[in-house]
Amino acid sequence: MPKEIRLPLNDDELISLKAGDRILLSGIVYTARDAAHKRMVEQEKEGIPFPIDLAGQVLYYVGPTPAKPGEAIGSAGPTTSGRMDLYTPRLLEKGLKGMIGKGYRSEEVKRSIVTHKAVYFGAVGGAAALISRSIKSAEVVAYEDLGTEAIRKLTIEKFPVFVINDIHGGDIYQEGVAKYKL
Amino acid sequence: MKEIHYQDIVEEVKEMCKKSNTNLGEDVYSAFRKALKTERSETGKEILAQLIENADIAKAEQVPMCQDTGTAVFIVEVGQSCHIVGGSLVDAINEGVAKGYGEGYLRNSIIYHPLNRKNTGNNTPAVVHIELVEGEHLTIHMTAKGGGAENMSDLKMLKPSDGMEGVKKYILSIVKEAGPNACPPLVVGVGIGGNFERCAYLAKKSLFRPLGIRHTDPEIAELEEELIIEINRLGIGPQGMGGSTTALDVKIEVESCHISALPVAINLNCHASRHQTITVN
Ligand code: SF4
Repeated sequence: MPKEIRLPLNDDELISLKAGDRILLSGIVYTARDAAHKRMVEQEKEGIPFPIDLAGQVLYYVGPTPAKPGEAIGSAGPTTSGRMDLYTPRLLEKGLKGMIGKGYRSEEVKRSIVTHKAVYFGAVGGAAALISRSIKSAEVVAYEDLGTEAIRKLTIEKFPVFVINDIHGGDIYQEGVAKYKL
Repeated sequence: MKEIHYQDIVEEVKEMCKKSNTNLGEDVYSAFRKALKTERSETGKEILAQLIENADIAKAEQVPMCQDTGTAVFIVEVGQSCHIVGGSLVDAINEGVAKGYGEGYLRNSIIYHPLNRKNTGNNTPAVVHIELVEGEHLTIHMTAKGGGAENMSDLKMLKPSDGMEGVKKYILSIVKEAGPNACPPLVVGVGIGGNFERCAYLAKKSLFRPLGIRHTDPEIAELEEELIIEINRLGIGPQGMGGSTTALDVKIEVESCHISALPVAINLNCHASRHQTITVN
């Protein structure tokens, strides 16, 4: 049975999460993908603060399809997280506690996840219509000019994910493959 | 000489774009169901069950199964005795793509230039390959090709001495490297032979063959079957979290090549293997 967690994540929950756990997340997450990450980190170097306070928050790497009239959001599954790796350690330094995406993270990001006590969740890549059902509202909060890549605040309810990298250094991509390799 | 009208092509292409993104093909759907019975990992089974439910929702609500609604890629067989009137074939395809992606609430993922990265706003231009064939028909094959799997694809000029073993080793290494990034379970498309650009095209073309249909050459068919087994022994599993379903299928296309060459291209496709074929009359 999946475990239900209400965001923001607290320290006890973060300690209890183990790579491979099935979780249903509820609460607030923010969307950001390549272009938003690049802008946040590059503008910060020029002295412009992040448009949202990331402390304690969870980012979802997604570029949804356009919402049909009357819908909160279109189809919204995870994109490949590795493209964010260059920027992620800085966001973790600023207090980011969780990320939802799919695919491998760099060694640097994995170390950073342990150091800053954060967690990397994987949603099922390609299950975008199913995932959208657990997104109850979506509102653009920054970088509107980036279109599908704008930063959106999402209210999610029982959003299905798996723990990929935990704060103990666990990695389900390595452990899972080792277990089923013949 | 048979005439085919520009506007008819636009309409057909528009519908193909919409349908490919909402209605998962029966071949892929039944491959999911089959995999659900054989998958050894509980997590893997849960993921396959989510993919089946996702396909059901997408079809029932006519929404895209994946948010990456892809690059629209076409292989068009143009009968040399047919005549297209009212405009160019490529323009008609692009107009159909723009309309289909707009009306279908599909995501526009195409940018003008790989370096300045500004979105074109209507998912065009499409990638269009034209094959001139005998006859007077116009058959359009379309796929909405996702970026995640495309990005993990690869091409290598192997040495003839690498032989069959070298080809297999290379394919397994690329699937392993792709791991979760290409959204397994995968369809692995392979092009062997031709030259540098032809083998990439062959790999792409192989992905247009429906799942479960083997190559007509028994030797190639056997290689496809061997590779399915070997890839599924890698342990990558659904979404790379471990399991016995890494490839739903392997497709290989082969072509003659130079005495000094053994080109091999691997075009990975994710489980969102979205294809449509129509013949315009
Ligand atoms: S690789 Fe395929 S399933 Fe995964 S996000 Fe891209 S299009 Fe969707």
